[in-house]
Amino acid sequence: MNEQEHAPHHESTPLWIYYAVFAALLVGTGLTVFAALHDLGVLNTPVALTIATVKAALVILFFMHAIHSTRLTWIVIAASFLWLGVLFVLTFADYLTRMWGLQ
Amino acid sequence: MSAIETHEREHHPFLQHHFEDMGQQHEASTLGMWMFLSTEILFFGGLFLAYAVYRNMYEAAWIEGAHHQNLVLGTVNTAVLITSSLTMALAVYFSQWGRRIATFFCLVATFILGSVFLIIKAVEYHAHFEEGLLPGAYFTYHSALAPKVELFMTFYFCMTGLHALHMVIGAGLLIYFMRRAWRGDFGPEYYSPVEIMGLYWHFVDIVWIFLFPLLYLIGRHA
Repeated sequence: MNEQEHAPHHESTPLWIYYAVFAALLVGTGLTVFAALHDLGVLNTPVALTIATVKAALVILFFMHAIHSTRLTWIVIAASFLWLGVLFVLTFADYLTRMWGLQ
Repeated sequence: MSAIETHEREHHPFLQHHFEDMGQQHEASTLGMWMFLSTEILFFGGLFLAYAVYRNMYEAAWIEGAHHQNLVLGTVNTAVLITSSLTMALAVYFSQWGRRIATFFCLVATFILGSVFLIIKAVEYHAHFEEGLLPGAYFTYHSALAPKVELFMTFYFCMTGLHALHMVIGAGLLIYFMRRAWRGDFGPEYYSPVEIMGLYWHFVDIVWIFLFPLLYLIGRHA
């Protein structure tokens, strides 16, 4: 089949990007296990969550094609995480300040 | 009149009548799926939030509970799921280029890898049951922190269970998509359904990317 005649309607990610992202995700998995087996003090959880966030960002941008999506789709994606942030920040603004004066 | 005839002739069989063209239809479907995923992000977000609140209260029990997770199986399963995300992404890619057989086999590979993930998860669940770590009547685990470890295991089963339920639904959808791919429904003009299936599958992968360190890896260095 002549691929030029059947080019997709929308921007198509080149194949090598999928393999590169896949490799990065596997490296990230190895890295997060490696980091967890070492004592980083208070940094263990932040490091694990940072690696997970980078992996998630790679999946969203390239596997889920957010990088090629419309601005309206970007707003929906951003709003999801904004509300997730509100959920966490408001809840912890309560829980983390409850015990003041009792400790 | 001639304009109408042209329109009729070029009308793609999968173009819904309320859309102008295939491009608009594709954008609407993608946007709609992301809106659904928004609700899913907040749905799982509630569980992650509750996990964080109780972990903040009972850190020691959370670490003790995480030590009962199988690190090797958890890591292997993460790799299996990431690989299934690659094959899903490739299925979307091949469907965009109208490569019917390649699309079909990538969907089959995704289904198989998803099934392997669920089988490994079942092996882990069985081990937890044998250890007496299933919260409720069969919880026989003994330690100073036992009641709080039971709470950790409740979060573990709720979070991985809800995730596994999404995997089962995804696997079911993949069977439907295998049939449609084999039939040759998808091509450069029309691949939105595969793209949307991909969005769902990758979302489930992202949930696991966070579940893995939070349930398996905390306090492992100790």
